Amino acid sequence: MTVRIRVIPCLDVADGRVVKGVNFVDLKDAGDPVEQARAYDAAGADELCFLDIGASHEKRDTIIDVVRRTAEVCFMPVTVGGGVRTADDARALLMAGADKVAVNSAAVSRPEVVSDIAGRFGSQCMVASIDARQVDEGRWEIFTHGGRTPTGIDALEHAMRMAELGAGELLVTSMDRDGTRDGYDLSLTRAIADAVSIPVVASGGVGNLDHMVDGVIKGGANAVLAASIFHFGQHSISEAHDALRAAGLPARGSS
Amino acid sequence: MTRAKETPFLRLKGSLVAETIALIDFGAGNLHSVHNALMATGASGVVVTADPDVVAKADRIVLPGVGAFGACRDALSAIDGMIAAMERRVRQEGAPFLGICVGMQLLADKGIEFGEHQGLGWISGTVHAIEAPSADIKIPHMGWNDVTPTTGHDLLEVGEAYYLHGYHFDAANAADIFATTFHGRTLVSAIGRDNIVGVQFHPEKSQAYGLAFLKRFLEWKP
Repeated sequence: MTVRIRVIPCLDVADGRVVKGVNFVDLKDAGDPVEQARAYDAAGADELCFLDIGASHEKRDTIIDVVRRTAEVCFMPVTVGGGVRTADDARALLMAGADKVAVNSAAVSRPEVVSDIAGRFGSQCMVASIDARQVDEGRWEIFTHGGRTPTGIDALEHAMRMAELGAGELLVTSMDRDGTRDGYDLSLTRAIADAVSIPVVASGGVGNLDHMVDGVIKGGANAVLAASIFHFGQHSISEAHDALRAAGLPARGSS
Repeated sequence: MTRAKETPFLRLKGSLVAETIALIDFGAGNLHSVHNALMATGASGVVVTADPDVVAKADRIVLPGVGAFGACRDALSAIDGMIAAMERRVRQEGAPFLGICVGMQLLADKGIEFGEHQGLGWISGTVHAIEAPSADIKIPHMGWNDVTPTTGHDLLEVGEAYYLHGYHFDAANAADIFATTFHGRTLVSAIGRDNIVGVQFHPEKSQAYGLAFLKRFLEWKP
C-alpha cells in the first residue's frame, strides 16, 4: 500500500482548557486537553491538532505545558497552531513534544518565519496554516484573525509561496465553510493541492463522513481535519477510517 | 528534564540487574518524546545524557533525531568525545544501538541535504532527498505507512508506523535492509547489522506498534 490518508481531530484550546472538545462520557474532566488527547490516542487518531485560540503571546507557557503533558501520555504525532510567531516559539513547542507547528498570521505578515523554522528544525515540522475565503469564482483570499481580517493576498499564490519557503505541509481552512457542517470547500482544497508538491490537510466544514471522503477524492487532500463530528460522538475515528477504505482510499487499520 | 549522570541501580530480586539505556541528548526535537515512549514501555534505566562517559558504559544506546542531516551531525559532533564513545561501545563492544529517523540516517556514509555532510559510516549508503515519481506523491513522506520486514529480524514485525521525512536512506548493500515501506517507490524503513538497528519511522509516535517495537529493542539480545 502507500501512505495512509490521515484523520486528524482538532481541539481548540484557550488558556489551557478545551473550548470545543470531546463529549465523551467517561472523561473525568472534559475541559482538560490532555484527557481529550488520550481519548483520541486510544481511539487510533492518526494525528492530533491543538489549536491555541487563546494564544496571547504572554500566555505561551500554558500551551507548552499542555503539549508537554500530552507528550508524556500520548504516542501519536501532535501539531500545535495558534500564536506561533517566531522560530523560538516553534522551538519551545517542538522541545515540549510537538511534532509540527502550524504558523498562520505570522506567515502572512512575515513569510520569512517559514524559512526560519524550516531551516532550523526541518520542513517536516513546518505547517503553514492557510485561512481563506472565496472572493470570486475560482479565487480565494487569505484572511487572518479567525477569518475576520482580509489581507488582499491571493490564497493560491500564498500557498505556493509557503511551499517555496520550506513549509512541509499546508493546513487549508475554508473560513466560508468553517462551522457550517456543509463540507470542505473542495474547489479551494483542489486548487491548492494541485499547485503544491507537499501534503495538504483539508479543514473547515465537515458534517459527515462523506465530506471526508470528498476532501480526498475531489479535493485532493492527503489528510482530513475535523472537530465537532468527532467531539460530539457523531462518528468515531475508526468509522472515518472505514469510510475512507470503503471509498477505495488507503486508511489505517484493516478492521 | 535533567541531564543525569546516574549509575544503574541494582535490582537484586531474581538477580535482575537493571540496564542503563543511554538516550543521547544532542538537542534533537524528538528527544523528550522518545524518552516518554521508552518510559511508557516500563524501562527503568533510561538516562538522557550528553555525557560520553555515560554512553561508554551504557548497556543500550538510543540516538534520536529530526530535521536536517547536517544540523544533527554537527550537533552530535559538537559534543566532545561522543562519537568516539559511541563507536567504541557499539561497534567494538557490541552494545545494542537504535537510531530513530535522522538518528537512523546518520548511520550512513553521507547525507546530501543542504550540502554534503559526513555520516557515521556504520552502514554503507547515502541519504538523499526523496524524489516524487508523480505529482500525486507528496513530499515529505508524512503519515502512517507499512513496515514490511524483508528479513526475519527479531525487532521488526509487520505493521503500520508513522513516518515524517523528506530524505531517505539509499542503502549500498541490500543485506543491510531489515524492512521497507512504499511511497511512490520503495523506501528503507529499517536498516542495520549485528547489534545496530535504525528505523526511519517514529516508534515514539506510532502508538501501540511503536511502543511494542521499543519494548522489543529493550529486550533484544543481538
